[in-house]
Amino acid sequence: MTVLQMMGAEMEVAVSERRDLELIARLVPPGARVLDLGCGTGEMLAYLRDTRGCSGYGIEIDDANVHACVQRGVNVVQLNLEEGLALFDDRSFDVVLQLETLQHLRNTERMLRETARVGRIGIVSFPNFAHWPNRLSVMRGRMPVTKVLPYEWYDTPNIRVGTYADFEVLARKNGLAVTDSFGIQQGREVRTWPNLRASVAVFRFERR
Amino acid sequence: MGSIGHVTPQQMHFSEPLPLKSGAVLPDYTLVYETYGSLNAERSNAVLVCHALNASHHVAGTYAGQARSEGWWDNLVGPGKPLDTDRFFVIGVNNPGSCFGSTGPMHVNPAIGRVWGADFPVVTVEDWVDAQARLLDRLGITQLAAVLGGSLGGMQALSWTLRHPQRVRHCVAVATAPNLSAQNIAFNEVARRAIVTDPDFHGGHFYAHGVVPKRGLRVARMIGHITYLSDDAMEQKFGRALRAAELAYSTQDIEFQIESYLRHQGDKFSEYFDANTYLLITRALDYFDPAREHGDDLARAFAAARDCRFLLVSFTTDWRFSPARSREIVKALVDNRIDVSYAEIDAPHGHDAFLLDDARYHRVVRAYFERMDLAPRAAARAPLSGDDGLTLLPAADSGGGRKAGASKDHDSPADDGGGDGGGGE
Repeated sequence: MTVLQMMGAEMEVAVSERRDLELIARLVPPGARVLDLGCGTGEMLAYLRDTRGCSGYGIEIDDANVHACVQRGVNVVQLNLEEGLALFDDRSFDVVLQLETLQHLRNTERMLRETARVGRIGIVSFPNFAHWPNRLSVMRGRMPVTKVLPYEWYDTPNIRVGTYADFEVLARKNGLAVTDSFGIQQGREVRTWPNLRASVAVFRFERR
Repeated sequence: MGSIGHVTPQQMHFSEPLPLKSGAVLPDYTLVYETYGSLNAERSNAVLVCHALNASHHVAGTYAGQARSEGWWDNLVGPGKPLDTDRFFVIGVNNPGSCFGSTGPMHVNPAIGRVWGADFPVVTVEDWVDAQARLLDRLGITQLAAVLGGSLGGMQALSWTLRHPQRVRHCVAVATAPNLSAQNIAFNEVARRAIVTDPDFHGGHFYAHGVVPKRGLRVARMIGHITYLSDDAMEQKFGRALRAAELAYSTQDIEFQIESYLRHQGDKFSEYFDANTYLLITRALDYFDPAREHGDDLARAFAAARDCRFLLVSFTTDWRFSPARSREIVKALVDNRIDVSYAEIDAPHGHDAFLLDDARYHRVVRAYFERMDLAPRAAARAPLSGDDGLTLLPAADSGGGRKAGASKDHDSPADDGGGDGGGGE
């Protein structure tokens, strides 16, 4: 690959990540008060602030990300999500985001319940393990290593791998009403057979 | 990135009595202060730095002809430093009751023509904030860009947003707490007893006897010092290292290096610090408790600070002002939908970390100040509607400030000095 091709590939990833962000941001009502669990560098909160007049806080554990949020002027609270959300009262946010976060948490189910407790609306996104290239890889006998799941099985921070369909079951089990859900594949919304056709799963839910 | 260079303290006299929280008044007083950088034409770039227990107005820079006279927060405040004096006008002021130049118990009470001594009125964090506000009045500063402080200085910074919320846009409070725990008060009480039971204390009027209760001051400082360091930091620095090659099997001679260190710190401290000031300042720490007037509800106390924005920083190994205490403040702010960022720095040094230049800590403080808008805040924002609505909060600063990364990041490794000469609590 030439340098130009590499730059092109990186830009493609960046553009599709930006589209993912826009697709998810559309689920957030304008002016909403948002809590973003695992907010990374604060990109989503800054986007919601600038384009949808939203406010709120990000939760982040990583020093460099906390610094990046402060640089962006995004409110960030440095906390380990595994310790729960005791800092936040019931229904104190309009929207709680858990984007590309739940796969890193040991206590995924508890955090899902906390999300539903603190927010009136919960929005999660995570890598869909049932995306067809992953299925092919497993059928060939190997764990997938892809753009969305870029790690080797022995070295991955994704300690919870689940599928689009799995989440529907988990949501039901926890009394959550899914109000919208779709897949994202290369920056495009996938509403037909998302469990097969999308590398990222997105769910919006409310407490029943 | 350099030092401010030589600085000169200034004085301001106040003849209008300062009403104190206790009901008493400070009839007539002088404040000693220093300033760094220049006040802009709009007078909107002023940052007040509040000092902790044994620090002073001398925040940064050096005194001409005095070796090792760097200010206590010289690593944080200066040209190109996290609080950049090329951009901000920084003010350090010595609080009344202290012993570094502002009116204190070692000065003459004009009403009776005698040294105040133990009769100096009990001052609180709130009283200091009010005195600082009067200094700003005289300097022609109606609104601070920010108030900054660590530990007891952090309490003053918080208090500013409660007492004079319209006069401060940002609060940066480091390694602080919404009040002292019972354990904290207990340490203070041991220190105070050490001082008042020193036969040289003479009920606080030792000046007339030409003596100083140095024994008490030494013990007070030794106790304080233990609480400023983490167990690990102390273990790493001293461990069980001996002063001599062999054990002396003596109950009173120094055997271990840690004893030597503490005695040295105590000796040094007793040479310059005033015993009555130590009592006054530890009491101010004990009394600080803004939630008390609000049914012990900290969130209700911080409702007053709705228009201010906050950066809080704590250190994981600080057991005197632990991260849990900072989180209480974060919760109170979040409950009020106030803009706050909170960094919990995994630093090994204990409470003293706030005076050291840990790169992660300084990077966050730098980013916060770089992002800070210098425009004065307009009138107070409209009251918020009920809890359940989609209430729109004003967005955070949207790029009005200087671009982040305009100056080089501060990278030097954390000082290992161990808090000698630090601000303490």
